[in-house]
Amino acid sequence: MSSPATTTRPTAPRSPSAPRSPMAPPRSFLWSRRIFLTLLVGFVLLPVYVMVSSSLKPLQDVTEKFRWLPSDLTVQPYFDIWETVPLADYFVNSLIVAGAATVCSVTIAVFAAYAVSRYRFKGKRVFTVTVLSTQMFPGILFLLPLFLIYVNIGNATGIALFGSRAGLILTYLTFSLPFSIWMLIGYFDSVPRELDEAALVDGCGPLGALFRVVVPAAIPGIVAVAVYAFMTAWGEVLFASVMTNDVTRTLAVGLQGYATQNDVYWNQVMAASLVVSIPVVAGFLLLQRYLVAGLTAGAVK
Amino acid sequence: MTVTAPEETGTRAAKTDGPGAARGARPPGRIRRIGLPYLLLLPALLLEILVHLLPIVTGIFMSFKELSQFYLRDWGAAPWRGLDNYSVTVDFDAPIGAALLHSFAITCAFTVLSVGLCWLLGTTAAVYLQETFRGRGVLRALFLVPYALPVYAAVITWAFMFQRDNGLVNHVLHDQLGLTDSPTFWLIGDNSFVALLVVSVWKGWPFAFLIVMAGLQNIPRDMYEAAAIDGAGMWQQIRRITLPSLRPVNQVLVLVLFLWTFNDFNTPYVLFGKSAPESADLISIHIYQSSFATWDFGTGSAMSVLLLLFLLVVTGLYLLVTNRGRKTADV
Repeated sequence: MSSPATTTRPTAPRSPSAPRSPMAPPRSFLWSRRIFLTLLVGFVLLPVYVMVSSSLKPLQDVTEKFRWLPSDLTVQPYFDIWETVPLADYFVNSLIVAGAATVCSVTIAVFAAYAVSRYRFKGKRVFTVTVLSTQMFPGILFLLPLFLIYVNIGNATGIALFGSRAGLILTYLTFSLPFSIWMLIGYFDSVPRELDEAALVDGCGPLGALFRVVVPAAIPGIVAVAVYAFMTAWGEVLFASVMTNDVTRTLAVGLQGYATQNDVYWNQVMAASLVVSIPVVAGFLLLQRYLVAGLTAGAVK
Repeated sequence: MTVTAPEETGTRAAKTDGPGAARGARPPGRIRRIGLPYLLLLPALLLEILVHLLPIVTGIFMSFKELSQFYLRDWGAAPWRGLDNYSVTVDFDAPIGAALLHSFAITCAFTVLSVGLCWLLGTTAAVYLQETFRGRGVLRALFLVPYALPVYAAVITWAFMFQRDNGLVNHVLHDQLGLTDSPTFWLIGDNSFVALLVVSVWKGWPFAFLIVMAGLQNIPRDMYEAAAIDGAGMWQQIRRITLPSLRPVNQVLVLVLFLWTFNDFNTPYVLFGKSAPESADLISIHIYQSSFATWDFGTGSAMSVLLLLFLLVVTGLYLLVTNRGRKTADV
């Protein structure tokens, strides 16, 4: 009955050093996992803790030596942030810009990905390679030319792109477009062709097949792409700081407003950072399941 | 022209008595068959041309011009400079070229370190989270927080933590642990490189984690079971099955991380402002600074074009070496 501990038969009892099935990891694995994950959680959460705790401190606490705990718990910064800078206006601007960029980007990506996934046509390879390679270009490369192009379009047609929300929306939606198209192609490819062919047989047009069959089947991928597009637009700094004016300023630029010549209202900066982060973080954590599913089918093949 | 053409003809014949017979008002088949893919691509194509291709062409054109602020409104009238902008840029003995070379070297070192650390943290975390255990779902969500936080909110928090007099980092290192003789400057001087690296890794590793986690789901379960029956332990399974299976995923991941890190503007801009300290003068900030501080957009454009060429060559070589070129083009 008592078999030696070094046996390799899966049914035999084992000592910790003996080979294990994937269901029963060895102790060395469990310990290293515990240590690594604890340190990593600390690293990840440290700024989050600083953000939350500092947003509840009086100004004195954040201008003098750092304190782990507030000397006096206050929610005053959460009221002040709206007064110090017009945060609500920036919020609305960011919502409009990121929302519109997301909707447009996803719609356009769905059409393009459907064409690439389901049709064979001349220039298909050129299109996919070109779209993908725009991913590698530094944003700084586009900044000045786009500035000049938008100004010229404005001069020629009277459509104000520079400084307007429309210009920013137009710019942002193309930032997420290549990645979205790429991911959706992969996702659409994983939807069995027989499904939309059956819809065609049943009398749907190609667009009917797209919207009644392919899109519903690819919802996780589409949600993932939408999350990505929204986050890209919500977090962009470079174009937001050059291409906006007092009226169209977004949160990315607005948060810099808490620094005066003499002082930085760090407690307000932290409170405002938290407030602007909550919508995206909450949305992201709710939808992260889709993002992982979308990446599995799309980007990682 | 299209693969679906034969099927569609069959479709049309079959549908006369199908449910589709009721709706007659559809566009003529010929236009639909030949033009449809192009029609579907049109919006994406137009936007790509307007916001990506046109600016690149314009940027290349600009790099041959003398583009000071006087010519900004009417840049067509700017005088032609030929290759002068380029010769200034690559004259590494003169101040402009020397500064560019320095910034390029800093960016390369920074990118290699940041991508390496992001990959290491992301892969390790994903492998440790591969098995189910209590709290795994919570950890998975927590680890994605840095990725989800808007760049400016997260980086501004790090900027606060790195403050010399009222930051957490100095408080811990100096006041609590006594590791430094005096409070350190983190956002100016040589330490800025370290500060930037920490922030970049903090922000970037969850993406590696996400991708590797997605890649792990594609490894068939029975490979592990077979290995376990053959007597392979946990560590051996990781080394022999998990890591080799991740190879194709890693090739894409490293390339994407490289491009994003190399081109990153947001992190240094929020951390340091318009001009980064010399030790952390990443190329994006450097080009931005040399364009806007001196209003010399011609030279700035020349730098951008050179950067683009460099990225094209590196990416091309990488795709060749990893043999992903064919696969990527086949998407």
